Amino acid sequence: MNKILLIIKREYLTRVKKRSFIIMTILGPLLMASVFIVPVYIAQLEGEPKNVGILDETGLFYDKFENTENIKFLVLTNDLETAKQNIANDNLYAILHIPQTELSVPQSCKLFSTKQPNIIVKGYIKNVLKKEVEALKLNASGIDPDILKSIKTNINLFTIRINKGGEEETSSTELSMAVGMIGGILIYFFIFMYGSLVMRGVIEEKTNRIIEVIVSSVKPFQLMMGKIVGVAMVGLTQFTLWVIFTLIIVTTFLSFFSKEISSYQSSQLKLQENVVPTEQLESTIEPGNANESFIAIFESIQSINFEMLIFAFVFFFVGGYLLYGALFAAIGSAVDNETDTQQFMLPLTIPLILSIVIAQFIMVNPDGPAAFWLSIFPLTSPVIMMVRIPFGVPYTDLILSMTLMILGFLGATWLAAKIYRTGILMYGKKINYKELWKWIRY
Amino acid sequence: MVALFEAQEVTKQFANHKALDKVSITVPEQSIFGLLGPNGAGKTTLIRIINQITAPDSGQLLFRSGKLQPEHIYKIGYLPEERGLYKKMKVGEQALYLARLKGLSKADALSRLKKWFDKFDILPWWNRKVEELSKGMQQKVQFIITIIHNPELLIFDEPFSGFDPINVNLIKDEILDIKKQGATIIFSTHNMASVEELCDHIALIDNSKKILEGSVKEIKEEYKSNTFELEFINKTVNIAKNLSADFEVVHLEIGEEFTKAKIKIKSDRSQNDLLSELIPMVSIQSFNEVLPTMNEIFISKVKNNE
Repeated sequence: MNKILLIIKREYLTRVKKRSFIIMTILGPLLMASVFIVPVYIAQLEGEPKNVGILDETGLFYDKFENTENIKFLVLTNDLETAKQNIANDNLYAILHIPQTELSVPQSCKLFSTKQPNIIVKGYIKNVLKKEVEALKLNASGIDPDILKSIKTNINLFTIRINKGGEEETSSTELSMAVGMIGGILIYFFIFMYGSLVMRGVIEEKTNRIIEVIVSSVKPFQLMMGKIVGVAMVGLTQFTLWVIFTLIIVTTFLSFFSKEISSYQSSQLKLQENVVPTEQLESTIEPGNANESFIAIFESIQSINFEMLIFAFVFFFVGGYLLYGALFAAIGSAVDNETDTQQFMLPLTIPLILSIVIAQFIMVNPDGPAAFWLSIFPLTSPVIMMVRIPFGVPYTDLILSMTLMILGFLGATWLAAKIYRTGILMYGKKINYKELWKWIRY
Repeated sequence: MVALFEAQEVTKQFANHKALDKVSITVPEQSIFGLLGPNGAGKTTLIRIINQITAPDSGQLLFRSGKLQPEHIYKIGYLPEERGLYKKMKVGEQALYLARLKGLSKADALSRLKKWFDKFDILPWWNRKVEELSKGMQQKVQFIITIIHNPELLIFDEPFSGFDPINVNLIKDEILDIKKQGATIIFSTHNMASVEELCDHIALIDNSKKILEGSVKEIKEEYKSNTFELEFINKTVNIAKNLSADFEVVHLEIGEEFTKAKIKIKSDRSQNDLLSELIPMVSIQSFNEVLPTMNEIFISKVKNNE
């Protein structure tokens, strides 16, 4: 036991002290945080509003353009040719020319600029023009815009789950999907990254030829388990540090720039309104409605059983890794170098990739037979069970899945240990499945 | 003769071939025991069985007359033929790790390692990575790790490979010193010169069977072919023709000053009979018995075994 601790310590410390580990631990949160930070930063950079000159020959539209944070509209009175010549002198970003035209053919509007106009400016102008033209057309056809507005409906379907006690819980399908998928993907990456780290560690010991020195002091099984546990701790350390660093960076950033963010968010809301061409005449959501849907989301967050979710996540996270880690170690022991691992990797990568691919179909029918079987099969259960849990899983399924996970882990370790103890001392031989089978039976 | 280690009728069957077939060896205490044999004979398998890396299918293993136990690995030091170190790890850190795997406490391991590193002039390399060391230095580290826990039984598999002649002597002296301090050594090599120089006993394994075992002296005695080498001055005499049929000249080399000859005594005649026949013919400069080298014994035994 003492020796396993020594091995775990070595496996852990040599990896944690590596430069690549330290760099990745720092870079990871920076990358994650930059997803939040960079857009805000960029939005701040665009502080200077852009001047757009309007040359409206119809006289119908020029007063409809309201200045936004990014765009300032100026009404031009001279003719198009002079305006075009003075575009630089007048410090204009673009000139919008609306010629005298039939309302039914508004295609003749033109936007002149020295540079390619950006999508925000273009989208905003298009949207205003469209609204105005539609309003004019409605007027012309005699439909009251208020009637049209009252017809517009926004449907918000609340999903309410009735649990066994007959109590009602508000739930959100979208939220369950997101939580399940994130959990599943995290497990998937963790298994792949650190499983292959175990495999590379075994290959390293084999090619270094240190293996025989070590197994004359410890049992091959001790070495294998020490390595798997040591690498798991490296992974958990990195994972924890990532979460902590990301939280620190994001919260620091939020407290410093909270003002900018709120204005950024509001401008983004506007931006969405402006850019996305909508069929709607008015796209405002009734304030009461918005509040209600917010409460609904909040309630459905509460409806997810977080204790169970976190427990299941940790269980399948660790269990899945241990199971795959043992099999990865067995592969590493059977080959002489990393290029030979391909043929043996396939049976491990297929269930993993398959479970990620199938996860989206599982979410459509989280209680179907495919979901059931894949969530109890140990090679796919870590990912699939995580996807199912936010939708609510019967305890019998969960217990069955966890039991099989533990049995799967024990079986995989037993199998891996058999391959491992023969494989680590075998050099210069191309190993195939038949040979592996012999080692297992032997 | 007290046996430190004994293997009795050890058999090991791999999937496709038999690696050891009822092999028995007895390693006397405080001796150097040569484990010889051609490539693929089963030496490495036997060594791995002694180190409890693999288990035999049948047969007994005795350490100091008691059954070989898992705790005995702390009393055994093993330098494998295929040896290496973690390349990216610091030398000192790594030596400490391997010493502690052999059951030493951290403080004890550290003080012993520093002493040995100093003795082998590699102390300045303590904090360097293994990949920065020359092959000879790496081998020194390996040697230190093997002996650091003062094992009662040491197993060296080709210990001199990768060393320059100066370091070969250094290691040789250390091995002899360790033996003097009471350790027993099993020594596996293809280098027959070092077998002659170091070994007290040998066992020859070929084709998974032991075909020869005993003290080096006795074996040489047993395998001598009753051949004598002599140098004489008279060139012109044809000794082959003039000697009686009991003596056969197997080798004749006429040099500038002396003629060298090897003569084999065929029947139960003694070397004095040979001399008395030679003395009237030639003037003898030297006369010696030719003892077989371990190399010759090895080759002839293995060839006969085929």
